[in-house]
Amino acid sequence: MEEGNRVRVGVYVCHCGGNISDVVNVKRVVEEARKEGDVVVARDFMFMCSEAGQKLIEDDIRSGKVNAVIVASCSPRLHEATFRAAITRAGGNPYMYYHVDIREECSWVHENDKEEATNKAIRQVRAAIAYLRRAEPLNRIRVDCERSVLVIGGGIAGLRAALDLAESGLTVYLVERAPFLGGNAAKIGRVKVFPYEKTAIDVVRGLIEVLRKVGSVAIYTNAEVEGVSGYVGNFDVTIRVNPRYFRDRPNEQEIEELKRICSRKTRDEFSFGISERTALVLPPFNGAYPEIPAIDMALCDKCGLCTKACDKVDFSQEPQVVHLRVGAIVVATGFKPYKPEKGEYGYGLPGVITLQELVGLINKYGDVVINGKRPRSIAFIYCVGSRRRREEGKKANEYCSRYCCVAALDVATTIKELMRDVKIYHVVRDVRSYGINEILFEEASRQGQVFIKYDVDEGEPQVLYDNGKPIVKVKDVLTDHTELELPVDLVVLVTGMEPSDGTVRIAEKLKTSRGIDGFLQEVHPKLRPVETMLSGIFIAGTAQAPRGISETLASASAAAAKAMSLVLKGYTELEPFVAFVDQDKCRGSGLCVSECPYGAIEIRGEVGGKRAWVNEALCKGCGACVAVCPSGAMQLRGLRNTQVEDMIRAAGGAHA
Amino acid sequence: MVLKKSNPQILIFTTNIISDPGVCSAGLMHLSYPAQTTIIKVPCSSMIRPEWIALALESGFDGVFVAADGTDCPYLTDCTNRTAKRVREAQELLSNKGIEPERVKMAAICSVCGEAFTRLVNDFYSRLMELGPIKVRTHEE
Ligand code: SF4
Ligand code: SF4
Repeated sequence: MEEGNRVRVGVYVCHCGGNISDVVNVKRVVEEARKEGDVVVARDFMFMCSEAGQKLIEDDIRSGKVNAVIVASCSPRLHEATFRAAITRAGGNPYMYYHVDIREECSWVHENDKEEATNKAIRQVRAAIAYLRRAEPLNRIRVDCERSVLVIGGGIAGLRAALDLAESGLTVYLVERAPFLGGNAAKIGRVKVFPYEKTAIDVVRGLIEVLRKVGSVAIYTNAEVEGVSGYVGNFDVTIRVNPRYFRDRPNEQEIEELKRICSRKTRDEFSFGISERTALVLPPFNGAYPEIPAIDMALCDKCGLCTKACDKVDFSQEPQVVHLRVGAIVVATGFKPYKPEKGEYGYGLPGVITLQELVGLINKYGDVVINGKRPRSIAFIYCVGSRRRREEGKKANEYCSRYCCVAALDVATTIKELMRDVKIYHVVRDVRSYGINEILFEEASRQGQVFIKYDVDEGEPQVLYDNGKPIVKVKDVLTDHTELELPVDLVVLVTGMEPSDGTVRIAEKLKTSRGIDGFLQEVHPKLRPVETMLSGIFIAGTAQAPRGISETLASASAAAAKAMSLVLKGYTELEPFVAFVDQDKCRGSGLCVSECPYGAIEIRGEVGGKRAWVNEALCKGCGACVAVCPSGAMQLRGLRNTQVEDMIRAAGGAHA
Repeated sequence: MVLKKSNPQILIFTTNIISDPGVCSAGLMHLSYPAQTTIIKVPCSSMIRPEWIALALESGFDGVFVAADGTDCPYLTDCTNRTAKRVREAQELLSNKGIEPERVKMAAICSVCGEAFTRLVNDFYSRLMELGPIKVRTHEE
C-alpha cells in the first residue's frame, strides 16, 4: 500500500468459549501481535462470530483505526465469509483480510502441548500480518450476462431443464444430436418408471408437449455444438444443424411407402439394437418431436428411391451453421449403456441379452419372445460391467451404476405381471434398491422371484451351454455357498451406465473436467453439486453420474435453477483472485500459456515486446501458471509472490 | 522468537478447497500431530514455486510438507503430477545447496483425510528428528 495509506492491522483472537483458549494462551498471542509493526489493535474475545465480536471489528474500521483485519479463530470454511461481510458492512475492503485457523488446525490437534500450540498460533498470526503488509484492496470482477441459456442434450434431463428455464421467461436454445428429442428415457418406453404409474415415454411426451407451447425455446435436432468460446455471461456458441432432407411431414400413405422402400439397413438405436431400421429414420414414437423424418446420411447411398415415394424428400438441403450468444450453459448429454464384451457372461450367444435389449424387446413387441417362444425361466445377472476391479486388458467400471438393480427389479416385476408362470432368478452381488425402491424388491420377493447372491472373491457367476441352452453356474452365499446350476431360457445381463459419446465430446469442447469414472465433474458433491469449475456451465442428469429418472429430473431442475439465478440478474461478480502479469518482469516466454488448464492466457504484442495477458473472466486462480513463470512475472492477485515469501520468512522466524 | 533448534519445524502447504479441509478434519477428530508446524494455504498445490520451498528451509524450517489435492482437485485433474514436478525441481535446488532432498515431502490429502495426514506428518517429523538440524544453514549459526 502507498505511504499515508499504510496498512493498519487489527488482530482479533477468539477463545471460542474454551475450545481455543483452554489450549492456546490467547493473551500471549495478543501480546506478541502487538509487538509487530503495523499492528494498531490486538484484542481477544470470547466468541468472535457473535454479534458483539463482529461489532468489535466494525467499530475499529468505522473509527478509522483499522483498515486490515486478521481473525484467528476456527476454520475459514466456517467464518471467513462472516468476517469479510462484517468488514464490508463497516465500509472496509473485504479482501484486506486474513483468516487464521487456531482451532481445527491448532488447539484441537495440539491439546497435549499448550506451550507449542501457543507458539504455533503466534507464528500463524505473524505470517498473516506479513501477508497484510503487502495486501491491496481488491474488488470483485463484474461481468454482464446475456439473458439466454443453451441446453445441450434433448433427453429427459435436457427437456426438464429447458422447460424450467423457458418458464422463467428466458430465451432457451435446446440442442440435440439425434434426429429426435427424448434420449434414453424415450427408449425405455412402455416400462413404467417406478414409483410412478407413468411410463418413461409418458414423461418424455408430456415434457415435449409443454415445451413446444412455451414461446421462448428454439429447438435444434440433428444438431451438434461445434465450438464454444467466451466465458460466464458471454458464451459464443456455434452449432451445426444437419439437414433432415425432408421439406415437410409426409402423410400416412407416404410413411407406409417410406417404411418399405429403403434397402439400407442398420441396428435401430431406438430399440437398443434389437430391431433394424433403414436410412429413413421415422419419428420413433407417438408424440415425438419433430414429426418430420430424417435421412441418415452415414447409411444412405442416394439411390433416390425415396424421392419417388414421397415428394417431400429434398436432397438439396445444406447444413446450417447457427451462432448463438448465451449467458449460461446446461450440459445434459446423458449416458450410454455399458456394452458387454463378446463372451462376457456368454454375451453374443443365443439366449443372452442385456437389460436394455430386453427393454427394447418389450417395447417393440409388447412381449418377451426369444426364438419364437416365451421363455419359461429367466436369470438376471447383476453388476455386469460395474463394481469391477480394473484389470489389464479388460473392460470394467469400478463404480456402482446405481440405477441397474432397481431397473432390473422393475423390468422383472413387469414381466412377471405379463407372464405369471415365468421363473425368475436374480443373481446378485447385492440389491441396492434404496429408498422407496425397496417396495419393488418386496414386490419381487412376494411374486416368488428367487434371489441368489454371489461373492466376487469366490468367483463370479459363469454362463455355460448345454444343447444350445444357457446354464448359469453360481456359488450362492445365501445357502451356505452351495454351487448351483440353473438351466434357463434367457440370461439377462444387468448392465450399468457409461458416459455417452456426446458427454465425452462436449467435455473436450468445453474443457470441463471429467472424473476418473469418465463422467462430468462437479465442483464439490455437497457444496456445489451442479456447477462445473467453469463459471456459467452447469451439469444435469446422467452426464454427471449414473442415476435413475427421478434423480435425473431433480438434478436437471437444480441445474436450471442455478443457471437461472445467474442469468436473470443480468450480471455476475467473480472473486478477484485471478492471475495478473507484472509487465516489467514478463519476458513473453509463454510457459504459462500451456500450463493454464482454462486457456486464460494469451501472448500479446510484437516480437521483442511480447507479454502474457490474462483473461480475468476465464482465469480460475489456480496458480498453476505462477509456479512455472521463470521471471516471477505471473502472480496471483490476493496471494502475490512477495506475500507468500514474506509469510514464509515471518513464520520461519528468520527475521528475529 | 528464536526457534528451539532441537525440535524440527515443518512448513505445511495446503490447498483452500481440498487438502486444508483435510488437515482441518484431523482437528474435528481431535487427532494429534506435532505443533512445530505452520500452515500456509494456496489455491492449488501446483502453484508452489520451487524456490519457496528452498526459502522455507533457509528461513528456519527444517522440512516442508506439501499437502497436494490428489484427483479431487477442482481446478486440475493432473495437479498431483504437476506438483510432483515442482517438488522434484525444489529437491534439485536443495541438493545443489547441500541440503537433503528428503526434507521435502509431498502427499495427496483429500478433504477428509485427517488420519492419513496425521500419520504422514508424524512420520515426517520423526524423520526430520533423525536428520537433525540443517547443517548448511549459514545466516543463523
Ligand atoms: S469465530 Fe469460530 S472460533 Fe470463534 S467463537 Fe465463533 S465458532 Fe468459535
Ligand atoms: S491462475 Fe490458473 S486459471 Fe488463472 S491464468 Fe494462471 S493457470 Fe490459468
